[in-house]
Amino acid sequence: MSTVDYSNGDHSNSELLLEVDDLWLEFRTSDGVAKVLNGVSYNVHAGETLAVLGESGSGKSVTAQAIMGIVDMPPGVITGGEIRYHGEDLLKLSDTRRREIRAEGISIIFQDALSSLNPVYTVGFQIGEQLRLRRGMSRKEAQKRAIELLDMVKIPNAKGRVKQYPHEFSGGMRQRAMIAMSLALDPEVLIADEPTTALDVTVQAQIMDLLKEIQVERQMGLILITHDLGVVAEVADKIAVMYAGRIVERAAATELYRMPGHPYTLALMDSMPRLDQRGQTLNTIKGLPPSLLNIPPGCPFAPRCPRAQDICTVELPESKDLGLGRTSACHFAEELVNRV
Amino acid sequence: MGRYVIRRLLQLIPVFLGTTFLIYVLVWAVPGDPFAGMCGERPCEPGFIAKMNEKFHLDDNIFSQYFQYLGNLVQGDFGETYNGNSVGELIALRYPVSVQLAALAVVIEAIIGVIAGVLTGLRGKGFLDNLVLVSTLFLISLPVFVTGFALQILLGFELEWVDPVVSSDPTLGELLLPAFVLGSLSLAYVARLTRTSLMENKRSDYVRTAVAKGLKPSRVVGVHLMRNSMIPVITFLGTDLGSLMGGAIVTEGIFGIQGIGKMTYDAILQKENITVTGVVVLLVIVFLIVNLLIDLLYAVLDPRIRYE
Repeated sequence: MSTVDYSNGDHSNSELLLEVDDLWLEFRTSDGVAKVLNGVSYNVHAGETLAVLGESGSGKSVTAQAIMGIVDMPPGVITGGEIRYHGEDLLKLSDTRRREIRAEGISIIFQDALSSLNPVYTVGFQIGEQLRLRRGMSRKEAQKRAIELLDMVKIPNAKGRVKQYPHEFSGGMRQRAMIAMSLALDPEVLIADEPTTALDVTVQAQIMDLLKEIQVERQMGLILITHDLGVVAEVADKIAVMYAGRIVERAAATELYRMPGHPYTLALMDSMPRLDQRGQTLNTIKGLPPSLLNIPPGCPFAPRCPRAQDICTVELPESKDLGLGRTSACHFAEELVNRV
Repeated sequence: MGRYVIRRLLQLIPVFLGTTFLIYVLVWAVPGDPFAGMCGERPCEPGFIAKMNEKFHLDDNIFSQYFQYLGNLVQGDFGETYNGNSVGELIALRYPVSVQLAALAVVIEAIIGVIAGVLTGLRGKGFLDNLVLVSTLFLISLPVFVTGFALQILLGFELEWVDPVVSSDPTLGELLLPAFVLGSLSLAYVARLTRTSLMENKRSDYVRTAVAKGLKPSRVVGVHLMRNSMIPVITFLGTDLGSLMGGAIVTEGIFGIQGIGKMTYDAILQKENITVTGVVVLLVIVFLIVNLLIDLLYAVLDPRIRYE
């Protein structure tokens, strides 16, 4: 059904663009300290798609916001780690320099395009704004470029649409406009934070096709944040699975699907509805993720894990290197990937 | 937009008819003969009362009286007082100062209220926030006549910074204190409304987007946050202007301003029903028009509300 060639591939030889290295972040609220990110590391190369998987509250969106520097501080506090863009630690940069990298180096699209676009300005204004302010374009030039961008994301009648307000767009069109806006300054890295969650299924596929197409064309690094394994399978080169503010498994997409290396990944896959299991009860992961205000000792997934042993509630499993670029934070990772 | 304006203007007609009729009926339903007390100590001659009743058509039924009044009104004739003065001229004489007072009050509300609201809304908790919250609560809980007399005594009599009572043809400077008193309650509301609105919108997704676009903080606040946050505030200010235009009986009374409020008050006491009706009808019209203008302004500020 898709028109784009999704060759999941190895991009580790292309230029390393963005690197999150052992990032720790907490929210200090009146209820206590919520440990939202507990040593998150991932990277993305030019032309590569990294999918970050996890359920709500796993920290996948917060990591993205930390990269963009749009986490509310306070209550957010980064307690450790680095975010390197072209080898330069963003966390050490001045506000001005940081601002320059936004949208021009690293850009982001959000889940809900309706609330993420300003309701009182036209779509054209919001796309052109950055071009006028940061590229010194005149109103006319910016408008012209905005039309080109809307054309690029396949919005019909871009010339008329550019003068319309976000509420005059349909959901899919709004997300396209959002994508056009995020690409206005030709970023090298695009973060898509659940870009299709608010859309219906047919539109989801169109938006994913569009994103992938643009990424291949521009050789951008794409960080795709999602909880939808179906979306990931088609487009991702590599996958990072997050749970309770940690990356529990990291692998090439094909490898991960062939043989999940962490019980949580396995459980996620089991809970996907499948056509060949029609009429059967859908598998769910029992229980809830731990409260980030009070993460118990040991493996945070242990209370929900069918394979949990005594060691799991005592000792926090280190992230183990399993070769072929795979890591898994499970005491029994080797058994999992070596099973037949 | 054009069709919307026409439709709104047409809607004014039934509203105008309904309100003026109600006013007319209610004003004349007040018990007591308006002419009974007009002849000093002794009762008036029956002939005088009959003559006056005839002159003002008081013996006709209320509907025919109303339609006669309405007929004159649409020709711009507000009628005469019992002494034979033109109500229209009286209004023309007394209304401008009330309009000035109302406009000045709204300007003061807007400037002080919005500044206080923006400062506290952007910064959040802290000394300034508490100061504004407490002082606005103070203003909200005080009736206008207390604020009025208190400031008049303090600034007028004790400190002697201003004249306690304005002159017969007051300058804007003289109206400053009365306007502050008149607007003090709404000023407090404007400050709080601005503060709440900003705090709410500050956390909104589109502000986050604006930051993620790499815009400067001044632009994020000035262009993206303010426009949205000011929508409810401007609506409030507009409505307030509409109601303040109705004259301020208490404030005008305290500071001796010969405005429309004072005139209405006197007319009610003297049972000058034609004057009362005329003034109130005029105020209804002003209120309706101001409200229409606010609705139109609202559509300009918020494109989601476009009137087809």
